[in-house]
Amino acid sequence: MNRAMLDLWVGIFVVAGIGALMFLALKVGSMNTVDAKESYQVTALFENIGGLKARAPVKSAGVVVGRVSSISFDDKTYEAEVTFSLDKRYSFPTDTTASILTSGLLGEQYIGLEAGGESVKLKNGDRLKLTQSAVVLENLIGQFLYSKAQEGPQQEGTTNEVQ
Amino acid sequence: MSTIVRSIAGIGRRTLEGISRMGYATRFFIAALMRSGTAFRRFGLTIREIYFSGVLSLIIILVSGLFVGMVLALQGYETLQTYGSEEVLGVLVALSLVRELGPVVAALLFASRAGSAITAEIGLMKATEQLAAMEMMAVDPVARVVAPRFWAGVISMPLLAALFSAMGILGGYLVGVVLIGVDEGSFWSQMQAKVDFEEDILNGVIKSVVFGIAVTAIALFEGYDAPPTAEGVSGATTRTVVTSSLAILALDFVLTAFMFRGIS
Amino acid sequence: MDNLVEIENVSFSYGDRPVLKGINLTARRGQVIAIMGNSGCGKTTLLRLIGGQIKPDQGTVKVAGQVVNELKPLDLYSLRRKMGMLFQFGALFTDMNVFENVAFQMREHTKLPEDVIRDLVLMKLHAVGLRGAADLMPSELSGGMARRVALARAIALEPMLVMYDEPFAGLDPISLGVTGNLIRRLTDTLGLTSLVVTHDVQESLKIVDYVYFVSEGIIEAEGTPAEISASNLPFVHQFVHGEADGPVPFHYPAKPYESDLRLGA
Ligand SMILES: Nc1ncnc2c1ncn2[C@@H]1O[C@H](COP(=O)(O)OP(=O)(O)OP(=O)(O)O)[C@@H](O)[C@H]1O
Ligand SMILES: [Mg+2]
Repeated sequence: MNRAMLDLWVGIFVVAGIGALMFLALKVGSMNTVDAKESYQVTALFENIGGLKARAPVKSAGVVVGRVSSISFDDKTYEAEVTFSLDKRYSFPTDTTASILTSGLLGEQYIGLEAGGESVKLKNGDRLKLTQSAVVLENLIGQFLYSKAQEGPQQEGTTNEVQ
Repeated sequence: MSTIVRSIAGIGRRTLEGISRMGYATRFFIAALMRSGTAFRRFGLTIREIYFSGVLSLIIILVSGLFVGMVLALQGYETLQTYGSEEVLGVLVALSLVRELGPVVAALLFASRAGSAITAEIGLMKATEQLAAMEMMAVDPVARVVAPRFWAGVISMPLLAALFSAMGILGGYLVGVVLIGVDEGSFWSQMQAKVDFEEDILNGVIKSVVFGIAVTAIALFEGYDAPPTAEGVSGATTRTVVTSSLAILALDFVLTAFMFRGIS
Repeated sequence: MDNLVEIENVSFSYGDRPVLKGINLTARRGQVIAIMGNSGCGKTTLLRLIGGQIKPDQGTVKVAGQVVNELKPLDLYSLRRKMGMLFQFGALFTDMNVFENVAFQMREHTKLPEDVIRDLVLMKLHAVGLRGAADLMPSELSGGMARRVALARAIALEPMLVMYDEPFAGLDPISLGVTGNLIRRLTDTLGLTSLVVTHDVQESLKIVDYVYFVSEGIIEAEGTPAEISASNLPFVHQFVHGEADGPVPFHYPAKPYESDLRLGA
């Protein structure tokens, strides 16, 4: 194995390796996460965020317009404070509603934005007033049982405990 | 009674030996880092070693990656279709590979292919007095022999892991899309939506760099520390594979716990 | 006072097994010194002490006025640049061909241009009769050839002190004579000093200036070749004439033969 062949092989190897990394970065993963410079931050308080996680998408009309950047607990209102960054290209009125939605029955949770009618636009650091919490499946089932129990408590004695 | 005493003494002795070996290994590792100047000033030395540990590991890495990806797709499809969510097959294959299997399996293969070769080579150089001869010629074997091999391993490992993952995803694509007929569009788009550059790919690369450091450092130390005999070298080679495999799995657990804590 | 190597009262033991027990040896500049002794008496150990690879338990090893066993690593390295050593088993770098082996120190320590290195290496290889083998790998060499390459490598940078650990082992009579003359000639023309460890009494008596006999960890006898040939010390006589019986034991220390074979009662 002479020097030139060796260098050539190592060159091929390094180029292929970097190619594989590029393939992973561009084709497999999404490098197009909203860049800090190209985005603005908005916060919203939710009573219950369910299973929402940092980095979850923020969608409007089904289009990804941003990502959740952080989630914290506000111990004055006892609510969850969600900060998310929105793409600079899209602007929303200040009376936009943020709701926590689920894709499919058991899919991941994301924030859905629904624009209001206000003409003033959201800017960096604004807080959304109108929010709708996550639908927590356990609560939903609880409510369902509760209403069933109220409909006909005499049929099933055990459901009385719910009251 | 005396056997108990003796076996306790044995445990004590082995513990002490183990600790002093660890100390020696750490000193060796630091020396290799401190004397890395030559490995960069004369980068040709390092390129040569990249050939031996990186290029010569290519075949096994590419073939294994392809098969692991194909098996992942087959197995994943079986499970996913019972929930009617075949379209996330791409996500499953890609995430398994870039987060775990790529770095870990590539490192295990690297340990047995390149790590053992490094140990055997250095051990033999020691046994045949090549290292002593180098010292007598006023050339520091740690700078001239150890450091280039170390950096070659550190450079090769992430590239090999990336190639492994890429081949695996290609294998998953072949089986999932071409063979089974999962929708091509959702295979890629779901993958892109769910695989994050920082959380998944970058962390995978960090893992492979750490594994590269661990495997090469262990291989070099075992070779350098090997008794200068045939059995000494063969024992050191075995220890390289065993120790670095264990180190990879343990480090993987620790790194995973740090990296993916609190993330979906 | 022109001593290049001065060894004073040096003792050394591997673990608790003493090998050298108070050696005194001097080598003047420009001399060829032979060190002889039975196998396992510590000749290689002595060379390793001079090269600073191991440190004596006691005594001092001086080379060119510097105490080798007290030098800091960096000073030791700069002293070693002026030493060459032919290892007993060659110790050629197995991942380089013959040419690169001889060129190794030139590439490591000098900034000589490639064509100068080429000429120098071919000259050294020519001196040991292996110019044609420049492109072979060490694994393709015979034992004697490997030793000659190692010799060429040891003298590559024309050091002030060259230590040869059994340069004649495995050589045919022709190469043996040539190698002996080469050592003598190099020493004279380049003004170096040579320490030759050897078992080849007849050959070495022809070329050396002074002989040391090591036995039982001490210098048992010393003298010029003429004194050695004429000596009637039983030890020297046994060695020069290769007799099995005499003060030098052929056997490594052991229990009595009979009791080892369980012939005793
Ligand atoms: N690394 C070592 N560890 C322990 N003992 C050693 C070591 N190297 C050599 N010895 C012992 O030291 C003694 C001297 O060894 P040395 O190699 O110096 O002998 P030598 O005179 O060169 O012999 P030969 O002519 O056979 O090469 C031997 O008895 C050997 O058993
Ligand atoms: Mg010897």
